[in-house]
Amino acid sequence: MQHDDVIWDIIGNTQFCSFKVKTKSQNFCRNEYNITGLCNRSSCPLANSQYATIREEKGQCFLYMKVIERAAFPARMWEKVKLSKNYEKALEQIDENLIYWPRFIRHKCKQRFTKITQYLIRMRKLVLKRQRKLVPLSRKVETRERRKEEKALIAAQLDNAIEKELLERLKQGTYGDIYNFPVHAFDRALEQQDQESESEEEEEEEEDDEDVGQREFVAEEEVEESDLSDFEVTLLSNDQQGATEKVESERSRNEEEDEEEMEVQTKASRSKGKSPANGSAARKKRAYVEIEYEQETEPASKSRAT
Amino acid sequence: AKPDRDGCSAVEEKKMVKSELAVAFPPTFSVSEIKNKQRRHFMFMKLKQEKRKQKMQLRKKRRKEREALGDKAPPKEVPKTIENQRVYDETTVDPEDEEIAFDEGTDEFSAYFNGLTNPKVLITTSDRPRGRTVRFCEQLATVIPNAHVYYRRGLALKRIIPQCVARNFTYLMVINEDRQVPNGMVLCHLPNGPTAHFKVSSVRLRKEMKRRGKNPTEHYPEVILNNFTTRLGHTIGRLFAALFPQEPHFVGRQVATFHNQRDFIFFRFHRYIFKNEKKVGIQELGPRFTLKLRSLQKGTFDSKYGEYEWVMKRHEMEACRRKFQL
Repeated sequence: MQHDDVIWDIIGNTQFCSFKVKTKSQNFCRNEYNITGLCNRSSCPLANSQYATIREEKGQCFLYMKVIERAAFPARMWEKVKLSKNYEKALEQIDENLIYWPRFIRHKCKQRFTKITQYLIRMRKLVLKRQRKLVPLSRKVETRERRKEEKALIAAQLDNAIEKELLERLKQGTYGDIYNFPVHAFDRALEQQDQESESEEEEEEEEDDEDVGQREFVAEEEVEESDLSDFEVTLLSNDQQGATEKVESERSRNEEEDEEEMEVQTKASRSKGKSPANGSAARKKRAYVEIEYEQETEPASKSRAT
Repeated sequence: AKPDRDGCSAVEEKKMVKSELAVAFPPTFSVSEIKNKQRRHFMFMKLKQEKRKQKMQLRKKRRKEREALGDKAPPKEVPKTIENQRVYDETTVDPEDEEIAFDEGTDEFSAYFNGLTNPKVLITTSDRPRGRTVRFCEQLATVIPNAHVYYRRGLALKRIIPQCVARNFTYLMVINEDRQVPNGMVLCHLPNGPTAHFKVSSVRLRKEMKRRGKNPTEHYPEVILNNFTTRLGHTIGRLFAALFPQEPHFVGRQVATFHNQRDFIFFRFHRYIFKNEKKVGIQELGPRFTLKLRSLQKGTFDSKYGEYEWVMKRHEMEACRRKFQL
């Protein structure tokens, strides 16, 4: 016989129910046939011999009903009715099937059915929108790739590659007439006259500023091309003579610069007395200096002079 | 007793081994066939020591010979590097190949390379970008001329693309974000061009760079593309080249570099200055990042029905350490 009250006494309050989930404020029921999801006297499918629920399977809603006459046949206990896809028709079906049933169950069934249809609609809408696909990352693969990237970076020697490429382009003449560096043949000839470079240097100092074809200066740089310290040393030595600053500024760049400012800057940079052995630091100083010029208006006269 | 036994057993083993070595091993014997782990390990160590000893002897001999010969010694051999040992790729592009020249004259970039279109880039992100990604996008927009950053309001890419085409954009760049950091890039050439999907790593924003210069100016930078040798590499190289306008402003002295090394593409943005015709100084401005190609698709972005020209299949392609795709 079904003694609902006794059952409820046992599982609801005093002893254990395996479907019950207790939280601080609420008790929930994990039974699949429970209509509200809460653990109540009227919502417990075990403690009510006349019970009905709505469940959905793959987008189709069904009405399940349990009556006391089939309590002895667990295999046939739940009667399953397929509800129509039309919302209103389905509500009518529920009403018709649960016609003389308690108000509570009828109401809760309709509420549950409404909620289910709403979430089914939302699911169908979401499928049409953008789907986000989560791709799992394997930690081993990621560390391996990171390591490979570091090794590739070291092997790439980017600075050298970029410098080489830029010099190639300069040689091939992609820059046209912007940089008036002397032609290669001249350099070859000059290289042979290495020993005479010092005397040539002195000659140059007396020349006009207008003369921008500073062959001798190129030779001078070739001597200490690899070692910037020499460059600085020669600069300092020439300092005393006083006329070199202008010439050097011209030597370093050809257009778009104000020479006076250049002198000031180079003087300042040299006077800081930084060790010139660090080529990159010197390079950085110089680069910083140049960028100042980028914002200056080009003195047209000077550029024409070159 | 136990430590003693182990110590003794090591000594014993050596003796045993010596006596065994007197006995000939069958020629197909290898150390891995010994079932006992301790013995196997011991034999393997011995094997390694032997090899190392032989190698040292060889090196000493060679060094002595070289010193003895002095100037007449044969030049040092070139060490093997991964680039040296790279497996020859049959799709390597030969500069004089006419077929490739013809292909490139008629592919989707031909409009750009013939000077018909000017690049116009739209940069956007995935949903809800965080600070780092946003700043990265802004910096990218300063580096690439004629680039605009738009906030992605949860729109689908397939809907954005027709609108971009209508407004004459040539490129769509989507930076994907994961955990507040950019980690992917989709680069889509617009009229109907190829879509490349990259993995982005090692992103350095401008303020994290050491010894950087002032911000990039509006001048069009030059482009350097290094080491794109295979057919696929060529396509990707053209993809990058078409991002920038055809006529760089040499006045600006800025250069953007895409350097491919072992399938990693390193992007750098520098300002250069020619000190003389043998020396150039470069100073890095601008963000830097590395890319690794994940897939190349023929049409515009369509992950489900698109026709993929190339997809990274890790197990096949990463099995050989000397084989690279780009």
